Amino acid sequence: MTNLTLTPALALGDDALVLSHRLGEWAGNAPVLEEEVALANIALDLLGQARILLSLAGDEDELAYLREERQFRNLQLVEQPNGDFAHTIARQLYFSVYQQLLFDHLATGGTELAPLAAKAVKETSYHRDHAEQWTLRLGDGTDESHTRMQRGLDALWRFTGELFEPVDGLDAPWAALHDEWTTRITALLERATLTLPQGPQRGAWTAGGGRQGLHTEPFGRMLAEMQHLHRSHPGASW
Amino acid sequence: MTTPRPTEGTATAGEATARPTDWPLWEVFVRSRRGLSHTHAGSLHAPDAEMALRNARDLYTRRSEGVSIWVVPSTQVTASSPDEKDSFFEPAGDKPYRHPTFYEIPDGVHHL
Repeated sequence: MTNLTLTPALALGDDALVLSHRLGEWAGNAPVLEEEVALANIALDLLGQARILLSLAGDEDELAYLREERQFRNLQLVEQPNGDFAHTIARQLYFSVYQQLLFDHLATGGTELAPLAAKAVKETSYHRDHAEQWTLRLGDGTDESHTRMQRGLDALWRFTGELFEPVDGLDAPWAALHDEWTTRITALLERATLTLPQGPQRGAWTAGGGRQGLHTEPFGRMLAEMQHLHRSHPGASW
Repeated sequence: MTTPRPTEGTATAGEATARPTDWPLWEVFVRSRRGLSHTHAGSLHAPDAEMALRNARDLYTRRSEGVSIWVVPSTQVTASSPDEKDSFFEPAGDKPYRHPTFYEIPDGVHHL
């Protein structure tokens, strides 16, 4: 499994798996009980998507638990640590708007991903609504929440360019999706009294990116935790 | 201890917990897909009605399609007092003439 080819199912499956794991880390730590349930719900939706997508690409457990960092094809955005609540919401906002636009497009196409996209787009529009609601509340909340929300958006901005890098075998109007994404994010941030981050959407240092198996430093630690049990007891079933 | 914030719209003072005072209690009523009426499902805390609806969906409906949810601030519900139970409900029970049980249904009326 060392030379894993990048397929659309693997790319999108890894996005969902990694973000799901990050959201799972909020369990027991969310600001209020109700929000804890919401984050867990979103994590479970994403895990469900990951399971279907990774099953299309191969054996889901093997793919999730026995790949090295360099073999994961997820976007660098989704592997970023949770940070504070606003930071997590910024990550959710950038990703869920992108995912809804992409799944909307895929749902109407004739590929093997169409049925999954059609099902997942309902979940995804809930995820987007959740992220938008919180962006509005935090942005237009107290001075402190406004500052934190802006900080989260600014910090993650450089990972947003990768969302619209064409993926081999995934037929989508990437440039048009990027324009639509920018329009939606801009409009929402304006309502939330926030500013669209400036600067490049992609740092030169990324030299490729998640889709090529090149990840940021926190990802390795996340994988170590996620895969620990499976690697300690190879072949066990549960 | 700082000065408490105004507690308009919050649960009664006796229920004060560690929760922020601006997250009042809401009562949730759910009508299931085939249900005829909204039934009280439980309560939750939320900063406003919009968030209460979303939280209610997560907590009480598991996002089944086609359900209807009502959320009501708990402070808006006026309940009958348990102390007045007797005066409220008892008199009706022992006066048979208050119940329409002496009426004979005419022949030919099937669906009354």
